[in-house]
Amino acid sequence: MISLIDIQKHFEDQEVLHHISATFEEGKTNLIIGRSGSGKTVLLRCIIGLLTPDNGQVLYDGRDIHRLSKHDGTLLRQEMGMLFQGAALFDSMNVLENVMFPLDMFSSKTHRERLARARFCLDRVGLTDAENKMPSELSGGMQKRVAIARAIALEPRYLFCDEPNSGLDPISSRIIDRLISDITHEYGITTIVNTHDMASVRGIGEQVLFIHDGYAEWTGSNATLYTSENPHLREFLESDQ
Amino acid sequence: MLRRLLHSIGSYLLLMRRTFARPQQMRIFRQQYLHELYSLGYNSLFIVILMSFFIGALLCVQIKLNVWSPWMPRFTIGYAMREVILLEFASSIICIILAGKVGSNIASEIGTMRVTQQIDALDVMGVNSASYILLPKILAMVTAIPLLVTFSIASGFIGAYVVCWAGGFLSLADLTYGLQHDYVPWHLWSGYIKSLVFAFIIASVSGFFGYTVRGGSIEVGRAGTNSVVVSSVLILFFDLMLTNLLMG
Repeated sequence: MISLIDIQKHFEDQEVLHHISATFEEGKTNLIIGRSGSGKTVLLRCIIGLLTPDNGQVLYDGRDIHRLSKHDGTLLRQEMGMLFQGAALFDSMNVLENVMFPLDMFSSKTHRERLARARFCLDRVGLTDAENKMPSELSGGMQKRVAIARAIALEPRYLFCDEPNSGLDPISSRIIDRLISDITHEYGITTIVNTHDMASVRGIGEQVLFIHDGYAEWTGSNATLYTSENPHLREFLESDQ
Repeated sequence: MLRRLLHSIGSYLLLMRRTFARPQQMRIFRQQYLHELYSLGYNSLFIVILMSFFIGALLCVQIKLNVWSPWMPRFTIGYAMREVILLEFASSIICIILAGKVGSNIASEIGTMRVTQQIDALDVMGVNSASYILLPKILAMVTAIPLLVTFSIASGFIGAYVVCWAGGFLSLADLTYGLQHDYVPWHLWSGYIKSLVFAFIIASVSGFFGYTVRGGSIEVGRAGTNSVVVSSVLILFFDLMLTNLLMG
């Protein structure tokens, strides 16, 4: 479980996140939704520790990522997997090397075991045949799937996805959504997905946090999303119809 | 302006502190180091040899045509050329050329990694991205540059021999005598010492500009240009300082 307590973030004089508190449950696909520029990405970067909030805590099962020692922070990061908006594959490595990378860096397994694990992850995302290709030879959807395979290589407890469907066609988007949802339930991990794609919200969202202008305006289950009285959320949902 | 300069120096020093950390995985570090040695060092060998060859030849011709006069001994042509090559050209000028070739390459490569979130991906995994990316490049440059300087000196002398032989400017015996005349080994060593400092400047400053890129492709291009300009100015500044320290 990941808990946010009173997160605040400023960039110079502008307050981007206003006292955000929320809880993301284990074994569920938690979505952060909102318009572009609402602060979703800044919030996600605060959660994964790429930005430090000016105030507040980000607790990973009780461990505050921003107050851990360097060693404990590194250990916590090995429990995290991240799917970036642009996949962020290492373009000097082929697909298999990309998936092997976190294993090579942190796993104590033998080379044969690491290779087997990387191939298993690639098989899990349906890309066994692409292991020798370079990232530039792959389509956007395939790159995202490789990034998912890399993210799950170390069997993470927490998975983060920043706009996983951006730049993808609807069919590829649904494949990525389904993979994220399946992996979340299969391994019982805490998943947070940053999105403004309403098809994803309807398809895989279980718990939703709605951000508007840096404020956490609404939180609840997907089932109650469409009955919300919040005017900004209603406007956001109606814009899709 | 001053505040921005101090901020940049502070950021650079903090980045260097992160860079000079023990590699998290020695096996991967060794692979990276060898790869950078090939990519930054070996791939620069041809341009260094080519330029040094022609500069050595040109120096010989210029000294003969414009500096030398009949009352000067003939060997002064070889002597003057040797001193120019050893003291400045092979270390400082070659490093300025490499700041353009290698420095812009480092800045744009790391800058592209930054804007495509590859550095963020390393950080999220718990990899010390500064050490992982920059340390092999800096060490590879510091290893490769003295070797390149050696090739530069040799190529410069070969260029001089070829032009003397082909153009008949000077007898090979006079050139050889000039190259050996009043040789001070410290001049060679001071060139090597300077080149080590310049290698560090090229790799670390270019790495800093790439690592701190914010934005997109325009900023990556700008980082490449800035890294070349700043590295070149710093090389000249430290050249002046080190020449005073080592030769004064």
